[in-house]
Amino acid sequence: MTLQPHRSKLTGWGRFPVVDGLVLKSENLPAAAERATLSRGLGRSYGDSSLPAGADLPVADATLADRLLGFDPASGMLRAEAGASLFELNRVFLRRGWFVPVSPGTQFVTLGGMTASDVHGKNHHVDGCFGEHVRGLKLRLADGRIVECSDTCEPELFRATIGGMGLTGHVLEVEFPMRPIPSPWIWGESRRIEDLDLMVAGLKEAAREWPMTVGWIDCLARGAKLGRGILMKGRWARPDEAPEKPPPRKRRFRVPIQFPGIALCKPNMKAFNLAYYWKHIQRVRRGILHPDAFFYPLDALDDWNLIYGRRGFTQYQCVLPHADGNGPARRFLERFVSAGGMGFLCVIKDFGAEGKGMLSFPRPGMSIAMDFPIHPTKTPTLVDRLNELVIAEGGRIYLTKDTFTRPEHFRAMEPRLEAFNAVRRRWDPEVRIRSAQSVRLLGDPA
Amino acid sequence: MKAVLFGASKGMGRALARLMAARGDRLFLIGRATDDLERSARDLEIRGAPAPVKTAYCDLLAPESFAPALDQAERELQGFDTVVVTAGLFATQEELENDPQLAARVLAADFTGTVLFCEEARKRLLAVGGGTLCVFSSVAGERGRKPVILYGAAKAGLSQYLEGLDHKFRARGLRTVCVKPGFVKTGMTAGLKPPPFAGQPEAVARRVLRAIDRGRPEVYTPAAWRGVMCIIRNLPRFIMRKIEF
Repeated sequence: MTLQPHRSKLTGWGRFPVVDGLVLKSENLPAAAERATLSRGLGRSYGDSSLPAGADLPVADATLADRLLGFDPASGMLRAEAGASLFELNRVFLRRGWFVPVSPGTQFVTLGGMTASDVHGKNHHVDGCFGEHVRGLKLRLADGRIVECSDTCEPELFRATIGGMGLTGHVLEVEFPMRPIPSPWIWGESRRIEDLDLMVAGLKEAAREWPMTVGWIDCLARGAKLGRGILMKGRWARPDEAPEKPPPRKRRFRVPIQFPGIALCKPNMKAFNLAYYWKHIQRVRRGILHPDAFFYPLDALDDWNLIYGRRGFTQYQCVLPHADGNGPARRFLERFVSAGGMGFLCVIKDFGAEGKGMLSFPRPGMSIAMDFPIHPTKTPTLVDRLNELVIAEGGRIYLTKDTFTRPEHFRAMEPRLEAFNAVRRRWDPEVRIRSAQSVRLLGDPA
Repeated sequence: MKAVLFGASKGMGRALARLMAARGDRLFLIGRATDDLERSARDLEIRGAPAPVKTAYCDLLAPESFAPALDQAERELQGFDTVVVTAGLFATQEELENDPQLAARVLAADFTGTVLFCEEARKRLLAVGGGTLCVFSSVAGERGRKPVILYGAAKAGLSQYLEGLDHKFRARGLRTVCVKPGFVKTGMTAGLKPPPFAGQPEAVARRVLRAIDRGRPEVYTPAAWRGVMCIIRNLPRFIMRKIEF
């Protein structure tokens, strides 16, 4: 009856690594957090960010703490418990003409997770990360205290918590303004793009006119076709363009079983990428889109991570500063191919300005993300090769996606790490709050 | 619909309250932790319940709190037509066996307290010509089973009481809805190994709300548990002694 931790197999979205963890799950998140060494939400970070540092270190599951605590229809300001999911917010607010200021590519994330990862979306070039919009946070600190922080109150703690991977304290409540939208539908345009130069140029050009852009790349195309793909642009539809009815609830399908490893052999991946590219047979498509189809295409398939089979998968996402045009993106894709990489889904997006989060991932440049199945020996080597290139280009990686980066590589990418560590030490001198990832990358005790 | 919800801040009660809020029902929340109820009240207002959603203290282990809580609900809602009880205590058989005080509290809350509360509620509903009394019992009350002996005994008594109410008062307009959830994945059951047919609170809530609207006297949820319990009720004792279900 009292809050008891229970054993549960924990993984990130990539289903590797697996920890047989101790979970505290309750509607009463402050109570669960008091005894936990880390908080987690819906477990959509890919690697080990949401996993405890050890099997006997309890982790608080925030997903039952999902109440909306205050909403001001005049300003749009919303305060909610950290376990509230974007899925719920969309269900409640989309029809009423409100949307989150920044949405990642899945709606199965919690507000706490969105803060800790400082998520970005298709509108990053205009609106920055989610953390730019957060007005206040309520945290449970390592010593048990509950504090409010914001730009004016404990600003250092606030900036360290945004994008801080949950390592500064347990996020209990998040406050941010919802944004009014003219209709709940999207007006979108997508364009088939023949190569990388055109893709990069297209993204930059689209960024000037469109509030939301993203590119998909066929990552198995080589040579002259390297970087070919589809460029997607969108904005909220005006009421006169949009259908009268609100978007219907989309039917979701479930992946019933873990696929065998052979499912993702090279010919299959090639076939998938080819099909995706040529499905877009017209050069340009324009029209009204369901917001779920635009923002969350993969959410239509529940448990799609099972497609990657027993060994799981990882995503590599980095940002490359574009000091000299599309050179970095080209060098990255060439390195990926030459290092034996075989990607399933590859996404490219130009970032806007760096945010306030001390360890926040985005910075001006081109971001490339690709999913690939884990191979026990080849994947760590591939990640090493990619990291070496990212370091040479002056870029960095997204911790939310990372499983294999070495600490020395991470330090080489992150001159901001010292400042972040200093804030962390100040609020948590004993390093009570930590994750499997912080043990791996930041040298925390296991 | 004007509804008094007892235990709406957690689990299935929370999910049901949100469905009622989304369709604009007027709600009044009662429960033990009033600060927490206030937070739930704000949540329900944002989700569509007409504001303000008010709250009052009420504790299954404090029968003297029942009448004042319902009085206040009557004043705030200017009369109500539905009472939903999702409140209750749960502990595993092992915990209850090892802690007689805990056992006394669970038995008192889930049987005596709930029944006495229902008596208060039913009198008020009958006084205004009827209404719906929806109470969450459990499939644990269907048969004496090893993992839920004490909890199940209290729920068995509760189910029996609710059936009696239905027989006696349905003609006078009191629609009793006895909900028998099987295993549902909530904070209460976190850490227990979910059996097949484990349900989600949102799905349970949808089914229960339909039963409330239609006045069905008994609802198993998830639906598969009707069949499961039909088998369990009819298993011979020598099998029940062998299995751990």
